[in-house]
Amino acid sequence: MIEARSLTKTFRDKKRGEIFAARDITFRVEPGQIYGLLGANGAGKTTTLRMLATLLKPSAGGATVAGHDVVAAPEKVRAHVGFLAASTALYGRLTAREMIAYFGALNDLPPAEVRIRTQRLADELDMHEFLDRRCEKFSTGMKQKTSIARTLIHDPAVMIFDEPTLGLDVMTARAIVRFVRDCRARGKTVIYSTHVMSEVEKICDVIGIIHGGRLVAEGTLAQLQDRFAEREMEEIFVKAVGGEAALTAAANT
Amino acid sequence: MLNWTHIATVYLKELRDSLRDRRTLISMIVIPTLVMPGIIFGFGAIMTKVVKQARSEATSVVIVGGADSPDLVRALKTEKRFRVVEGADDFKTLISDKKVRVAVEFPAGFEAALKSGETKTVMIYHYEGEMKSGLGASDVEKFLRDYRERTVENRLKERGLPLALTKPFETKRQNVAPPEKVGGNIIGGFIPYLIVILCFTGAMYPAIDLTAGEKERGTMETLLCSPVHRLNIVLGKFFMVMTASLATIVLSLLSMGLTVMVGGSLLGAGKGLTAATAVGAKAAEPAFIPLIDPLGIFGVFAMIAPVAVLFAAVLLAISLFAKSYKEAQSYVSPLVIVIIMPAAIGMLPGIELNAKTALVPILNLSLVCKEMLSGVWSWSYIAIIFGSTCVYAAAALAVTVRMFNREDVIFRA
Repeated sequence: MIEARSLTKTFRDKKRGEIFAARDITFRVEPGQIYGLLGANGAGKTTTLRMLATLLKPSAGGATVAGHDVVAAPEKVRAHVGFLAASTALYGRLTAREMIAYFGALNDLPPAEVRIRTQRLADELDMHEFLDRRCEKFSTGMKQKTSIARTLIHDPAVMIFDEPTLGLDVMTARAIVRFVRDCRARGKTVIYSTHVMSEVEKICDVIGIIHGGRLVAEGTLAQLQDRFAEREMEEIFVKAVGGEAALTAAANT
Repeated sequence: MLNWTHIATVYLKELRDSLRDRRTLISMIVIPTLVMPGIIFGFGAIMTKVVKQARSEATSVVIVGGADSPDLVRALKTEKRFRVVEGADDFKTLISDKKVRVAVEFPAGFEAALKSGETKTVMIYHYEGEMKSGLGASDVEKFLRDYRERTVENRLKERGLPLALTKPFETKRQNVAPPEKVGGNIIGGFIPYLIVILCFTGAMYPAIDLTAGEKERGTMETLLCSPVHRLNIVLGKFFMVMTASLATIVLSLLSMGLTVMVGGSLLGAGKGLTAATAVGAKAAEPAFIPLIDPLGIFGVFAMIAPVAVLFAAVLLAISLFAKSYKEAQSYVSPLVIVIIMPAAIGMLPGIELNAKTALVPILNLSLVCKEMLSGVWSWSYIAIIFGSTCVYAAAALAVTVRMFNREDVIFRA
């Protein structure tokens, strides 16, 4: 389960003074649910997810992830979280197997257990062909599979995806979407950020629209359609953030 | 918080990763192994050869204005050391162009003046700073000095006076320094300087690769997603950088030891000289391979360990701040000069180990290594230097750990 309570993150900028990257963000995600965080670039998605993954400390507010407080027990939170982002890369000079084993060891799994789990993940993700090759020579699809195996080796209860399909080709992106659904089917708590409207429509149970660091609208697709009297996600999104003018203004700051 | 299993896991992974990195391998293994033999053996061999050649070759001399001094000119010409070049009026140009080593100018009526007891000045022209010309000038000077002594002796004999009249006493130099001491002083200042640089460059590439390099490649964020406490991550990385630094030094010291052994026998043998006597005694054929106190090499290694900690921590802290490999390189490269300065000052003559210099990092190492390699062990200074360097190293490591916990450093955009 994920529970964010008034999560706030401020940065200090020399020219612009104090900036709110995330402001007063409150939401809840239950096990077996996919929560979609939808927002334009710079809206505050990554900052929010990094706070949930304890990579950043909240300036104010707090969150409980998998039963642990992100400020008081960040290591315990990370032990139950699988974090996959476009920016979390692989060690090029390690093989896929070594990469997975490294994160198994960092999660305190005994080597024998790591071997068993690696075997199972390689079966599920069809990785046997490149399991003992170095990651630097991988195609994006192979890299993505290895990253997924890396996030799953400690079987986390919570999965955090930060724009995982960014820059991927259609086939790989589809595989990721399938994998996210899989996580839900296994009863994991899933949070998924994207700026691709169609992905949100397809996979998310609850959608949160984030703009200028604030959560401006939240609900199921049907609820949002009713509230904004629009069918298309894109139209809903534009209305939720306050019109195209607001989007343009945000993009220019 | 502190979890040695996690530290070991991070360390072993970084070690494996680094051993697969060509840049790290070159700076950690290839350069230190080749640089010492390259410098000591290559430089020594060339120096030995050049000096030997310069000594064995006859000195080319131009004689100016010797027409009315036939005896002296004949004596010069019969001397095997000299090759007299005839009729060269533009001797200054010839010396400048290194066609002739020296010129000797006899004033008009020199021999006549000598007979009448009048004092005249013989000029020797040479090129300052040119080794061959300098050696030639010394030879000519010696020849003239002998000639003058013979003249004096003849005059004393003619007048029936004792030879001791002009030599009321003799002076003689005797070297009391053991051969190690001489070797230690000649090259002892130079080796710590090299080791300090190698210690730094050995740590440089892994430090950048493990921090800024990881940020640039996006693996830092991946690593931070793991439940490992950041203190353990930074310590694992730190031990790897220190390993690289120490490996560089061990390899360079080993190759230095081998070079001295092999080089000493190669250069010394055949002439019936060992490296020690070649340097220690006033040998006719000087070899430039020094004899070093072998215990000193262990001492150097013990003293350099805290410096390796200091370098590893400082390099990690600085390159951690950078966003990319290139940015880190541009921060770290100028630092080489900061390191070289105190190390180079230690090579200067007259800079001695005292209570103040013992507290200056790197300079103190440079000075104490010079002493240890020449077999002198000032234990109180060694303790001060070791202790103070440990304090500096601990402070630097604390800064690195703090930096690693700062999200504005780790996620610097």
